[in-house]
Amino acid sequence: MNSDPINSDPIPTSNDPPAESPIQASDRPAASTAPAPTITELFVAFAKISLSGFGGVLAWARRMMVEERKWMTSEQFNEVYALCSFLPGGNIINFSIIIGGRFRGPLGSVAALAGLLGPPMILILIIGAIYAHYGDLPVLRRALTGVAAAAAGLMLATVAKMVQPLFRNRAAVGLAIALATFLAIAIMQWPLPLVLLAIVPVSIAYAWSRL
Amino acid sequence: MKNGGGVLLTLAAFFAATSLFTIGGANSAVPEMHRYAVDVQHWLTDREFSTTFALAQLTPGPNIIIVTLIGYHVAGVIGGLVTTLAMCGPTCVFAYFVGRASDRFKGATWHDALSRGLVPVTLGLLAASATVIATTSGYGWLAVLITVATAITAFFVRVHPLWAFAVAAALGAAGLV
Repeated sequence: MNSDPINSDPIPTSNDPPAESPIQASDRPAASTAPAPTITELFVAFAKISLSGFGGVLAWARRMMVEERKWMTSEQFNEVYALCSFLPGGNIINFSIIIGGRFRGPLGSVAALAGLLGPPMILILIIGAIYAHYGDLPVLRRALTGVAAAAAGLMLATVAKMVQPLFRNRAAVGLAIALATFLAIAIMQWPLPLVLLAIVPVSIAYAWSRL
Repeated sequence: MKNGGGVLLTLAAFFAATSLFTIGGANSAVPEMHRYAVDVQHWLTDREFSTTFALAQLTPGPNIIIVTLIGYHVAGVIGGLVTTLAMCGPTCVFAYFVGRASDRFKGATWHDALSRGLVPVTLGLLAASATVIATTSGYGWLAVLITVATAITAFFVRVHPLWAFAVAAALGAAGLV
């Protein structure tokens, strides 16, 4: 069906909807992306991402945005995600806001966020209500302790993977900053805002000096 | 369950403030939520916090919905809604405007410094989260073993979280934890 075997994308350039701004137009090269989603499509897509994702939604977001719906290229996904990873707040929450906003303005952001948060919120409120009734069952409490233990293990695995490049690059200062953050929060149990206000400027200043 | 506008306001203020200091994902803020909800406000016991965390892990969706369950525990459904809005509102407005403007600072030096500088801090926070969860009461020697075994397995092979949770829950239910 596709006449061009090299460019596998069947969507012609002219199908791209009128861009709201020049920034948006340059953001989405038409060669690889589908028409901009509607408000409803944004809601549905983020609801699906949300409900498919356990313990981190990133992989599902990429599959939906880049492969399934073709709303953005892989590069665009990486770029937006990199931006989200240093904005405060939940990464995937910020991702939904930025994507929704780029396509459909503030309403798009609200739709994407509602899709992402609505279904799991309803689910967890139901789970919470059920647990309030049966939470006293020892067997349930023990099972949940097991789950918490496994989740802690998954986090430690992430930590171990993240720390590797620091060791490889002999980033002594980076390791010291990580250790200081850990001690301040886990051992001293100091309030997070105070710890971050002290450590983050130092860490960024150091990273800056090394650029 | 406590009620009244006062507790809703306290929930909203705390989570709105915390959201601005949540870097590298919602799990980084778990120790702060634990410190405030358990140690400062006594909204939950150590054990309740740990099960709340577990229930949130078992629910599909972003990790941030743990705050919905904390809010629900403190002030019912309204509490859950207020807490979630507070946790997302300020940062979402910020993200919206940064997202609109991001082309202007693409490739800027500070952009790079910021993202690199945050990596080690995030690392320390995540390690702290795991530790806080692993030191809550009711955590026996087998729970420690589950944590260590999961960490080692997930480090070397890709583990779907649900499999890890299922095995751990079964071990727990069997009364071994």
